[in-house]
Amino acid sequence: MDTGMLIEKFILVVIIFLISLGIAAYSTYFERKLAAWIQDRVGPDRAGKFGLLQPIADGVKMFFKEDFIPKNSDRWLFIMGPGISMFTALITSAIIPWGPNIQAFGRTIELQVADFNIGILFIFGVVSLGVYGIMIGGWASNNKYSLFGAIRASSQMISYELAMGITLITIILMSGSLSLSEIVDKQHGMNWNIFYQPIAFIIFFVCSLAETNRAPFDLPECESELIGGYHTEYSSMKLGLFLFSEYVSMFISAAVISILFFGGYNFPGMDNFSGNTLALLCVLAFFAKIFMFIFIFMWIRWTIPRFRFDQLMHLGWKTLIPLSIINMLVTGIVIAFYQGWF
Amino acid sequence: MESLTNRKIVVSDKPMTFIEKLYIPAILSGMWITLKHMFSKRKTIKYPEEQRVFAPVYRGMHVLKRDEQGRENCTACGLCAVACPAEAITMIAAEREKGEEHLFREEKYAETYEINMLRCIFCGLCEEACPKEAIFLTDRIVPTEYERADFIYGKDVLVEALENRIDITKRQATGKRGSI
Repeated sequence: MDTGMLIEKFILVVIIFLISLGIAAYSTYFERKLAAWIQDRVGPDRAGKFGLLQPIADGVKMFFKEDFIPKNSDRWLFIMGPGISMFTALITSAIIPWGPNIQAFGRTIELQVADFNIGILFIFGVVSLGVYGIMIGGWASNNKYSLFGAIRASSQMISYELAMGITLITIILMSGSLSLSEIVDKQHGMNWNIFYQPIAFIIFFVCSLAETNRAPFDLPECESELIGGYHTEYSSMKLGLFLFSEYVSMFISAAVISILFFGGYNFPGMDNFSGNTLALLCVLAFFAKIFMFIFIFMWIRWTIPRFRFDQLMHLGWKTLIPLSIINMLVTGIVIAFYQGWF
Repeated sequence: MESLTNRKIVVSDKPMTFIEKLYIPAILSGMWITLKHMFSKRKTIKYPEEQRVFAPVYRGMHVLKRDEQGRENCTACGLCAVACPAEAITMIAAEREKGEEHLFREEKYAETYEINMLRCIFCGLCEEACPKEAIFLTDRIVPTEYERADFIYGKDVLVEALENRIDITKRQATGKRGSI
């Protein structure tokens, strides 16, 4: 590994980090705006023009709030909880291919921090680690509501990861690779997986909603039953990190969904461009897809009421898992048929 | 039994069809409804810049009226305080001295007159009880304060200024007293 590569990767990491945080910050603003629009209100409009400075005001407010650690809580785990949540939310962005290679300074630069050949497994591993942040946070608070929230979060995430993983196998079967960049390359132009795997997409989308703990699956925080769920006892920027990590993971899930089903940075008519123009357009197309999914995530949140917990488990175990297994089997048989195994 | 109205709804308990069990059409129709709301007219009134138009009979902050010559109407009879169900009104009466005829209409007047706006329920019974047409509720809003003491309004706030008369004709014209 030469110095130039170190520098370019470092710059890429910093840019991706800042973009993730910026998008997450403005997601909070946009979520509030969207909620207001759906409810015929105006939404935050006092801080700056159209309320655009609202996320900054919120952040400053979070920092200036009293940072309180309950007396009977486990101090270190209590501090670690939001940290783990944020870490796992952010680290998945490392292996997402943001666009094709660009030429700059006489070098070919990959717009992907690390091209693992097991990329999708890495994402899954890290996403399942994400439950630890919530679990540890809820457990360390030493509060019954937090514990309920943590238990709900862990059981929900484990149940939905199964269906998600099985759906993923269909995508891996179709592209023949675990590497995200290869999965994206296979969907060149308009050859997106959604057209071959609509059921897998629906299952995966529902599971991502559950994985990011968003409505209608926001039972871990469930204000009306559990006060705030796992973050009941949190205050100041620790609470901020928990809330923020939800938005970061929403951004990452939107990116993963667009990679797996909507062709990542591919867009129709991309063969008419080449070089850096193509790379720029690809990145724009990718972000357009991501923003569309973030919008749909929020739209669903402000439309559909929360599930009851038994309904949630029923949907996960009795509906989504059998459906995804059938989908996987059919895909496997069709692929085997096309490859002349019969 | 024969129903007397046509409002009766027969509740059915049929098992859901396959399409209904999928929930997806229901979810999509719900999302369509919220999408329509995203582009509908906003109902918000941005308060400090924009103010709601009050009904003519709105009962807001009180005013102690003066007559045409600028003399205070109130004679501190205390009927408003007696009528007040929230016990919000207190006053101390005083006798008019020589040379004060241009200030007070009758021989007795209210030296202090206080309304506790935190107690007041804006029922308007003081206005109904007043025999001298001295106290009225207006369409002004009682502003918010940080201290409880600031909500006790004395004569300095309640009595209308000579140069800035409070118009109550609109609201009184709709009341049972007729126009004043």
